[in-house]
This record gives sequence, structure tokens and C-alpha cells, in this order.
Amino acid sequence: MTAPVVLSALAVDLAAWFPRHDPQQAPESVYTFAVASAIKMLIVFTLYMLGVALLTLAERKVSAWIQDRRGPNRAGPFGLLQPVADGLKNLMKEEVRPAGADKWLFIIAPMLAFIPAMLVWAVLPLATPLPTPWGLIDMAVATLPVGYLFMLAVSSLGVYGMVLAGWSSNNKYSLLGSLRSSAQMVSYEIALGMSTIPVLLLAGNVSLDAIIAQQAHMGWNVLSLTVAWFIFLVAAFAETNRLPFDLPEAEAELVAGYHTEYSGMKFSMFFIAEYANMATMSGLMAALYFGGWDIPFTQWDNEAPYSVLKTLATLSMFAAKTGVFLFLFMWVRWTLPRFRYDQLMTLGWGIMLPLALGYILVVATATLALDWLGVPRDWRFTMSLLALNVVLTALLLLWGDRGRLVSPASARLDARELARRRARSTVAPSTAMGAPSARVLATASDTEAQQAPAAQEVGA
Amino acid sequence: MLREYLPVLLLLGFAAVNAVVILGLGELVTRTHPTEIKQQPYESGMAPLGDARDRFSVKFYLVAMLFIVFDIETVFMIPWGVHYQQLSCAVPLVDGACPAGQLSFFGLGEMLVFALILLVGYIFVWKKGGLSWD
Repeated sequence: MTAPVVLSALAVDLAAWFPRHDPQQAPESVYTFAVASAIKMLIVFTLYMLGVALLTLAERKVSAWIQDRRGPNRAGPFGLLQPVADGLKNLMKEEVRPAGADKWLFIIAPMLAFIPAMLVWAVLPLATPLPTPWGLIDMAVATLPVGYLFMLAVSSLGVYGMVLAGWSSNNKYSLLGSLRSSAQMVSYEIALGMSTIPVLLLAGNVSLDAIIAQQAHMGWNVLSLTVAWFIFLVAAFAETNRLPFDLPEAEAELVAGYHTEYSGMKFSMFFIAEYANMATMSGLMAALYFGGWDIPFTQWDNEAPYSVLKTLATLSMFAAKTGVFLFLFMWVRWTLPRFRYDQLMTLGWGIMLPLALGYILVVATATLALDWLGVPRDWRFTMSLLALNVVLTALLLLWGDRGRLVSPASARLDARELARRRARSTVAPSTAMGAPSARVLATASDTEAQQAPAAQEVGA
Repeated sequence: MLREYLPVLLLLGFAAVNAVVILGLGELVTRTHPTEIKQQPYESGMAPLGDARDRFSVKFYLVAMLFIVFDIETVFMIPWGVHYQQLSCAVPLVDGACPAGQLSFFGLGEMLVFALILLVGYIFVWKKGGLSWD
């Protein structure tokens, strides 16, 4: 009796707080809705699993390409069947559960990583609505009025899987990996959340459809909110535990991080979840800052008479944008070295958080000023904000990036002490030859000091 | 009204069933041959020293607590961001735009006060050394 009342009260409340963007007509009939939802769900789930499988192959192929190797090329043409072979291999592998592991948490943890990773994709609008004989079908599994909030909430659930995996394994590497990963993910989630507030400022809505519609009308947010996009990008790398922020599984330190003890299909599920999160972040970045399925320089795709052609064109546009970001993830992996953990934390709390907060205020002031000047909310508004962003980016790169907070280890030493060590380290190899014990001591303490000048030369 | 949310539940159920099926399949296909050595937690080939559930740096708790505080601040900003255009207009919006001469500083002022309070807390945490790792 009371449950429907409570639910409807909740719905009214939500509707009042987050005004609905002009709803793309969901099919009227309940049966159409149910059947369409089921079909969309199956297609999206299948595509997602297939996409993740191909993504693992793409990662290896791109890595090989960057390192001038061939990559997997034995299973099927161009190694296309490699993911199938990997999957089969993992299926046939013996599952090892370490002694002292918590049995149920050990089994539940991979599921807790896998399910949210699959669920997040549900609300991303993939294309313009598809016209069918039964009415227009939205091209998202669920067209939620609170789509962006849903993505933010569900994508942060993945951290539970990692924490439980690390704790239940009864392995020190796993525990440290999961601690690092959870601390890193929660730290960057703040910057991630704050970097999207300017998007909401411009769109005035939390539904992803409305955010995309606003960008189709005004120009992509990457132009008007460049700094926010950059903060989001960095936070996305940290959220997905990818290089340069892959400390949770830094191979040289923690073997494989939180899933060190996992084997067989449980390991596979963590692997799928990781790549799925990468795809989700790319898709979200495309939707929030790059116009989602919007085709640039034309209004053809945004206007009402929808057709199958429009759906296909916008779908491939969205796939292309997501693909570019996925490639960026792989490219960065082979370009940047790993951060140190204190650098990671200082970057998150000391730079990203104040930057994101300040940027919200800047954008709020700028929109108010532009409204006051009477700049209409179309491409002129975007271009004015772009000019502001160019200035801010220049300030950020020239003035903000001085190596104060995210500093090399040598910066923590006293300047005179550093100079003394550097002087000694250039002499040490020749003079210390005769005294092995002294040499060992010198090398141990000078490792950092020796690396610092080299790094500076590269920087200069 | 809440119909849009049903496919999410459907997908949740489907993903959960799939997760169980995948793990179950793994259990069915393979046979385990546990030995004492194989079951040892991996520690780079050495015999494990002590239990893994040991004490760890209190910094991690601190990060978790700070996260709660700042994440809630972020969540508070979302409704403000959504309503910003209306908050900075003295009269109801007309066609999604504020009528000329009706702009107000209410929305911006609200956020400045909020950000100032947040900043005081942030500086406090910073000065206390809560954000420095070494």
C-alpha cells in the first residue's frame, strides 16, 4: 500500500529538483516498451562484452605498434581470435583460492567489480532515437532523467569489488594494492565530480540527453569548458587505474595489485571490468564534453524527422569519439612514466581539487557576465568562453605548472645538501672503486640524486 | 512515471545472472587440485611472513574521511549547478533566458559563501598536514 505512495512522492521530488529535458517520446505502449527494453539490453550487453574483448586485443596491438612489434597474430586473421583463445584458456585454468582467504568475499568481489561496470553503460545515449513501426525507440537502455547522477553513483560502486578482493585474498600485495586503489579512486572522484559541475551549469539539467542537446545547440563543451575537460581527463585516468596512475598494480612493486591471487574466470571478470570502466569513461567523456552522438558543423542530425540513416550516422559518430579516447588511454600508457604515490595524492588533493573548485566559480561568474552583456546562448557564448579558456590554459601551463607540488624526490632535500650529493655522485664511481662498502652506501643514497640531473636535462 | 528506471533493474539482473553463470561455468569446467604449497599466499616465492591482515597506514582512513566530506560538498553543488540560470535571475526564466535587466547575483553569491566555507576547511586540513604523504 505505502510503497507506491512513497515511490511516487520520490518521483515528484526528483522531477522538481531535476527538471526533465523535453522527453524524447518513449513508446506509448507498455508492451513495446518492455520488448524494446529487453532487445536493447541484450544488444548493448552483447556489444559491450564483444567490445571489451576486442579492446583487450586492441590494447595489445596498439602496444605492439608503438613498440615496433607485431603483437598477437597467430589466432585467426590478424590475431582477431586472440580474445577467444584467452577466454577459453582462462575458462580451463584451475582456480586457486589461497589458504586463509575469506571464501565468500573472495568469490563475491569479482562480481561486485563486474556488475557495476556493466550497469553504467545503461544510461549513455548512443544515437538519435530510432523510428520503428511501433514508435520512436530511444537509443539508450534506460533514458533516465537523472542519467549523469546515475553514472556517477554506479561507477563509484566498482571500488567495493577492489577493496573486498584485496582484503579477502589474505595476501599483502593484494591488500596494499586495494588500499592504494581505493584511496586513489576516492581522491580523484572529487575532482571528477567537480569538473562536471560546469557542464551542468551550462546545460541546466542532469539528463545526458539534455547535456548533448545543449552541446548540439551551443557547440561542444570542450570548447567552452576546456579546463574542466582536462581535469576530467586526468581524473578519468586515475579512476580507471591506468598509467600514469597505475600504482594499484605497479608491477615492479605489487605484482598485480588487488587481483594478485585471482586466477581463471574470476581474474577474467576483473579484467573485463577494468576494460569496461575504460570504455565507460571514454563514452562519458564523449557525452559530456564532445557532444555525444552530435555530428559537428551540421544541424541535420538534431532535427525532428528521425530516420534509420540518422541513427546509424550518429551511432558511428559516438563510436568514433569513444574510440579516439580509448586510443588515447593506450597511447598515454606507453608515453608517460608512473607517478610516485605522494605525487599522485598531492596532484589529486593539492592541485586538481582547488583547480576544479576555482573553475566552477570562474565559469559561474563568466556565464553571469556574458548574460549581463547580452551575449545570446549560442555559438557566440561558446566562443567567448573559449577565449577565457585559452587564457586560463596558458596561465595554468605557464604559471601553475612550476614543479612545486608534484616535485621530484630531489626537491625535498635542502638545496646545499642536494648540491653536495650531486658533486659527490659525479666523483664517486672513480674514487670509491677501492672501497666497496663505501661505494655501496654511496650508490644506495645517491640513486635519486643521480637521476635528478638527468631528468632536468631532459626537461630543459 | 518511474517506468524509465525498469530497464536498469533488468540490466542489473541480467548482469548479475551473467556474473554467476560465468563463475559457475569456471567452477564446473575445471577441477581443483589443492596442495598446501599451492594454497600459500603469493609472496614472490618466499614462504609468507605472518598474516596479511595487519595494521596499515592510518593515512588511508584519513583519505576516506576527507573524501566523505568533500564528496558531499560536490553533491551539494549539483542542484545548484542545475538551477544556476534561474538562481541568477530575479524573475522566472522566459524561454530558458532571463529577461533583460533582471539578472541577480543571488546564485553566484550563494556559491561564493559556500566555497569560502569549504576553503576554510580545506586550508585547515592542509595546515594540519592531512593532505601530505611522505
